[in-house]
Parts: sequence; structure tokens; C-alpha cells
Amino acid sequence: MKTLTKAATTGLLFGVGGVYLALVGLLEMMQARPIVFGAVNLGQAVLALLALACGVVAARDAGPAFARAGAGLLGGLVAGALMALLQVIVATVPLQGMFIAASPALRNMLAFGFAPGPGALAMLLGGGIGGLAGAVLAVTLPSLRRAIVAGAAAVVIAGVFQELIQLMMQYEGIIGWIRDFVYTWQGLRPQGAVAIFVIAGGTSLVLSHRSSADHVPSPDERRRRRFISAGVALLVLVLMPLLAGAYIGEVLMLVGLYILMGMGLNLEVGLAGLLDLGFVAFFAVGAYTTALLTSGSSIGLLHLSYWEAMPIAVLISILGGVLFGLPVLGVRGDYLAVATLGLGEIVRIVVLSDFAAPLLGGPQGVLDIPKPSIGSFELGSPVKLFYLTLVCAGVAAFIAWRLENSRLGRAWEALRDDEDVAQALGVNLIRSKLLAYGLGAAFAGLGGSIFATMLGSVYPSSFQLLISINVLALIIVGGMGSLPGVVLGAIALIGLPELLREFGEYRYLFYGAALIVMMRWKPEGLWPSEVRSRELHAAAGEAEPVAAMEPG
Amino acid sequence: MSAVSLALWTVRFLVVALVVAGTIGTILKDRYTTAQWFEFVLFGLTIGSLYAQVALGYTMVYGVLRLINFAHGDIMMCGAFAGYFVATPLENSGFLEVHPVLGMTAILAAGMVVSGVIAVLTERIAYRPFRRVQGFAPLICAFGVSFFLEQTFRGLFGSSVKSYPAPKWEGVEFHWAGLSVPGVDVLVIVLAVAFMAVLYLIVQKTRMGMAMRAVSEDGEAAALMGVDVGKVIVFTFALGGAMAGIAGVFYAFLFKQVYFYMGFTPGIKAFGGAVLGGIGSVPGAMLGGFFLGLVESVGPSLFLDGIGIKAPYELRDVIAYTLMILVLVFRPQGILGEHMAKKRA
Repeated sequence: MKTLTKAATTGLLFGVGGVYLALVGLLEMMQARPIVFGAVNLGQAVLALLALACGVVAARDAGPAFARAGAGLLGGLVAGALMALLQVIVATVPLQGMFIAASPALRNMLAFGFAPGPGALAMLLGGGIGGLAGAVLAVTLPSLRRAIVAGAAAVVIAGVFQELIQLMMQYEGIIGWIRDFVYTWQGLRPQGAVAIFVIAGGTSLVLSHRSSADHVPSPDERRRRRFISAGVALLVLVLMPLLAGAYIGEVLMLVGLYILMGMGLNLEVGLAGLLDLGFVAFFAVGAYTTALLTSGSSIGLLHLSYWEAMPIAVLISILGGVLFGLPVLGVRGDYLAVATLGLGEIVRIVVLSDFAAPLLGGPQGVLDIPKPSIGSFELGSPVKLFYLTLVCAGVAAFIAWRLENSRLGRAWEALRDDEDVAQALGVNLIRSKLLAYGLGAAFAGLGGSIFATMLGSVYPSSFQLLISINVLALIIVGGMGSLPGVVLGAIALIGLPELLREFGEYRYLFYGAALIVMMRWKPEGLWPSEVRSRELHAAAGEAEPVAAMEPG
Repeated sequence: MSAVSLALWTVRFLVVALVVAGTIGTILKDRYTTAQWFEFVLFGLTIGSLYAQVALGYTMVYGVLRLINFAHGDIMMCGAFAGYFVATPLENSGFLEVHPVLGMTAILAAGMVVSGVIAVLTERIAYRPFRRVQGFAPLICAFGVSFFLEQTFRGLFGSSVKSYPAPKWEGVEFHWAGLSVPGVDVLVIVLAVAFMAVLYLIVQKTRMGMAMRAVSEDGEAAALMGVDVGKVIVFTFALGGAMAGIAGVFYAFLFKQVYFYMGFTPGIKAFGGAVLGGIGSVPGAMLGGFFLGLVESVGPSLFLDGIGIKAPYELRDVIAYTLMILVLVFRPQGILGEHMAKKRA
């Protein structure tokens, strides 16, 4: 009985999740992205995934195999019933005046193209079958399960990113032959999907057999592996624009900028523990300084070249960071976050206002910012600027890496963990905090400077609070205090949404969910720094008995 | 004297100098009539009464959980949307014109219920796992909740700005000693004060209110005395959410607009109000909210016009944020300073 209740509750939760995805408009949008052309689209895949996951969760801890299968089936049926109900409601009640996503297209999708009645039945059956399949998947051999998951994931990736992958396969000969076998120009072919599934699944099977020889990698080996994978990632970053063309170049340019800013904020938040939500202010200072110093328009002050303006912009950003940091030196924790948020908003409103317009151009911004050039070679295109960003990010990463293990870095970490103790142990709070603000601002200012020359103009609307949130989200998802985490976070949170352009407006929904989920289940991030993950796990181990004592 | 305190004193001096110079300048210029000043003050009190209601939610949640519920402004937005979806059909059918009291009751009830339920849900899903967690995690989670709520409403109801219905009775104006008083402002202020009085009574006189006060005083001791802390926290979220829902309905009513991002700025400002009054203190939040509304409404003309700033009204939010930052920096315990703030900051 308990198992049944649990399975039904699970089904209910997944069903609500599905209804949410449908009403918020995501399902319909996913439908437009094919995975296997003419056969499966992303929306259907997500529905299937929901049913499968529901089955897996419902079947967990349900006891013997047949009970698990039953639990999975029940969970899937309940979830399917909710979705079917939604479909019937959308078909009969005119909801679209309120819920804009409740369109006939959505109904059609949820009914698999049938009329409301048969469609509801199909959804119910589909949910049940999916749930059962999930339960079966949960009881199969782990290695087989892993192989199936790997194969399916590979197919989804190959299908969803087909444009990008095809762009990178524009060659004659063997690569061209593979491309033509796997893809049509519109998407993945069924034969290609099968081939990818078999190859990825097979590889996973072979690997899991080889690693099942109880080989636990030593810390040294793990570190080496990490370095190798970081190196490979870097190489891919460098070569990508050459292989995949200008659009990818632009996306990577943006990723590079965010990596740069992420490194800066990582010094403040990850190392020094100063939760700064006004980070965008330094980005703006860097951009506006560069703009005002170099612009050829009437508002420009000095008409310098980019290379002369950039160091000045960075210096002024540092100055800004220190000035910004001075008053809030004594403010801690949550209050600091809100205070810095207020400071960032003040900067934006002032830049936008008529009051500062004679100097900063108001809403019209500053136009006509020259591109940097080396000799007679102008860094005109985003791809060329991407390499500039990459070099800057590399330098920033080196500085950040050296700082981390320096005296200053350790002082930061001490003051992140406990300000009072750090001070008692002789850490100069004022100096280390101001250095954190200043250095963090330097990275952001550099990013702003490159941003200004990339766009060729700056507007106040580019400096929303959202930028601060983006940077914060990427270091949290990547792993606070971890340099590779910053890169990973920037690729995942900035790069991916650019590649899935049509989901652009859902990006912040995803960010919000990602922040909650990460804080809840993986607070150390996707690629944590070793110290931090050790700390968090130690803390969790200690916290458990305390939590158990909690009343109620 | 160290460099830091020198810098802080410079900030203090600059702010005071600006305020004094601006005020003298404005008085000398004599650009605004008494009626205009009255208008500023009245509007400040109106918007302040809404900030006060939202600030109550921040302060109560902070009291029991020591958490800045960053998403509280968005919970207000949820109430505004709920009110909108009730108000529009009522207005279109003419019901709201004929029965203003019944209609408004329905709209307010919808706002209160929806906001309260969403507040309780956010607590259950997002905040409960973090009750014993120190550090950033809860605050970052609160940012996540804020974004999630905003974007969910955007996805569900669209990103367009919806215009709120304007029933005819709302245009009523009272005339008194040569000053005209818009009826809406009076309605908003009176109802807000009434609701806050009810809330104050709940906190002071009921058993649950007593438990709430006990938990904010010392959660562990309260638990040992047999207070069900979990229940108190849920009750606090529900109460704060309902207050925010009322504020959301009125906010939409005043500005005639409903959109998914509307809760953010008032939310931050209301937090400023809560800190200004002394976070954790219920009367403090009311006081702080009113004060913030007044300063924000009167400030641009009083301080900024006098020092010759063009279009001072654009910088209204700057004044509110500056006030908030000044409080956070110089007096984190607020006007009605509670010992709690000192423990924290």
C-alpha cells in the first residue's frame, strides 16, 4: 500500500511537472527542434524522458522486481492521466486568454495528432508504457543501463545540435561521407540515429567492462586526467571558430567575456566570500571608460587608440572597485549582497539619466568606438576578438591561479570562512577586502573594455542587473572557487543558450531552476575545487546528527 | 583616524551636505506650490503603505529564519496577477462598477490566497532544505526562486504589460482646504493600515503570533518549550505572502499595470524599508516602509531640484537605493534597532 501511494505521488509530481512545461510554453517550443528528422522531436523526447524518469523514481525501493514494475506502471499512468486531462481541458475550455501557451498546437501535440478522446487514451497509455520502461530500466544490469542512457544521450545531442555539428563537417572525403550517412541537411537520418546509438552505447559497454576490474584512480592520476581534459577543452575552444565559422566565433566571444568576468567575480565570491551583486557596475565602468577615451564621436574625450585606452579602463575599474568597496567594508553576508545590488542599480540609473547625459550620452549611449589593431592588422571580426578575449582570459586565469595559492589567496579564504577569526590571526581585513574588490573589478573592467570595442558602441541597457546574475550563476553552477568550473559554467550557461537560440527567452527560467537545484543537490558545483568539495562534504557529515535532532 | 573611517565620514558629510544644500536651494527657488508638496507627501504615504506591507513579509521571515526572502517582491507580483485575472472579468461584466465593495473584496481575496499559497510553496520546495545551512546557499536559492517565479509568470501569461481595469468610482476626489485628495490614495492607505493593524494583532495577541515571536527571539529555546517551529515558519510565510498579495493588488491598482517583472524593484525597496525600520521588528517594518515611500516621493523635488539637477524624478530610485545602502552601512540595526541585527551583521 505504501509503495502504491508513493508511486502515485511520484506520478502526480511528474505529471504536474509535465503540465508546467506545457503551460509555460516550453513543450510547444521544443517540438520545433527535431532530433531525428521526421520521426522524433525534442518535445516528444522530453515527454518520453518524463515518463521514463517517473518510472525510475516510482520503482525505486519498491522491493521485488514485479512490484517495481507495477510501481513504475502506476506512476507513469498517473502522470499520463494528468497530461491527458490537460489536453482535454485545453480542447474544451478556451484558456488561451489567460495561459498564452494553451494553444491548439499544444493540444495537438499532447494528443499525438488524434482527436481529444483517443488522444487522451494515447497519452495515458504512453505514460504507462514509459513508466513501465523506466521501471524495467531501473532493474536491468547497471552496465547495460549505462549503455542505453549513453546511446540515447548521444543521439539527442547529435540531433539537437545538428546545425553546429554539420557546420563542422563541411569537408569532402571520409568526413563528408559520414556526414551524408548520418545527416540530411534538415537533421538526423534514422539510420544515423541508429548508428550513433549503437556506437555510443557499445563504447559505454566496452568501457564499463574494462573499468570493472576494480581500478580506482589514484589522486595523482585523477589530477592528471583533469589536466588532460582541461587541455582538450582549451584546444577545442581555440580551434572551434576555425572549424565552425563566424557564428560560433561570436558565441565563443561571449563565452570568453563571461569567463573573464567569472574569474573576477570568483576572486570576490569564491575566494574572499564577498557576495557582490553590483559586479555589472565595473563592467560598465570598463566599457564606458574605453568608449569615452576612444570614441570618434563628439562625446569622445581623447580619441585614443584601443591599446592605450584598455589599461586606463582597467585602472579606472580598479579604482571604481576600491571606491565601491570602501563604504561597504563593514557590511557582511546577505546585507552586502543587497547593498552591492543597490550600488549596481544606482550606476545603471545614473548612466541612463538626463543628469549624466552630457558626459555619458544618456540612453543614446556612446557610438563609433574603433576596433583594436596590431600594426596594420585590425582585429575587426568577432572571431579575431575572440582570440584577444581568450588571451586576456588566459592571463586572468594565470593571475587568478597564482593568487589562489598566494598569501593573499589564503587570507581571502580565511576571511571567507570566518572574518573574526581571520582578523584575530592577523589578516588585514581592510587590505584584503579592498584588493578583492579591486582585482575583481579589474577583470570585469577588462571584459567591459573588450565588450565596448566588440559592439563598437555602448548603451546603458547593456548593463542590467542580469549580467551580475549571469556571472554569479555561472560560477555557482561551475563551482565556486574553481577555475575550470568558471569555464564550464560559462560554456553551459552562456554558450548553450546561444546555440539553442529559440529558447532564449526561457534562459532565465532555466537559470533560476539551476540555482535552486545546484544549491539543493550539488552546492559545490559541477567542477568543484578540491578544497571546497572536501569542506562541504565534511560539513554535511557533521550536520547530520544536528538535523536529526530538529523537532517536528 | 584610519583611512576607512575617513572615507565613511566623507560619505556622511557629502550626503548631509547634498541634502541640506538641495533643501535650501529648493526652498529658495520656490518652484512648487503647497498643493504640489501635499501631492508628493500623499503619494509618498500611499506608496509607502505598500512598501510597509511588503516589508512586513521580509521582516517576519527574517525573524524566524534569518533569511532574506529575496523572492518576496515576486510573491507580490503573483498577487497582482491573481487580482488582475479576477478584476478583468468583474470589470467587463460591470459588476465592479455596481458593487465596488464586493468586487474589491473578491480581488483582494484572490491576491491574498494566491500569494500566500505561492509563498508557502516556495518555503516547502526551496527554503526548507536550507534551514540549518550557513553561508550563501539560502540567499542564492532565494535568487533562484525570484527568477523562477518571474519567468514562470512570463511563460504562463506572456511578457506584455497588461493594463489593469479602472472602474469609474476610482476617479473620486475629495476636496479639503483647497487641496484635492484622490480617493484611491485614501482607500489604499486606509486599507493598508487596517490590514497591518490586523497583522499586528495576530502577531501580538494570538497563540501563533506568540510562537512566532518566540521563534524569532530564539528558535532553539522555543523548540525546547514545545513550539512547533516548522508550523510557525509555514504560518509566517503564509501571513507574509498574504500581506504581499494585498500590496500587489493595490500596487497594480495604483499604477494600472501588471507585468512579470513588476515585483523586483518594489521588493528591493521594501527590503530597504525593513532594514531601515530594524529587520525582525514588525512595527519597524511599517515605519521603515512609510519612511522610504515618503523620502522617495518627496526627495527628488526636495533634494535634487535644489542643486540644479534636471529631471530629478528619473533619479527617484537612486534616492531609495542610496537610503537603503546608507542604512546598511551606517545603521544595520535600523531605527528601532533590535539586538538581532547586531548578532547577524
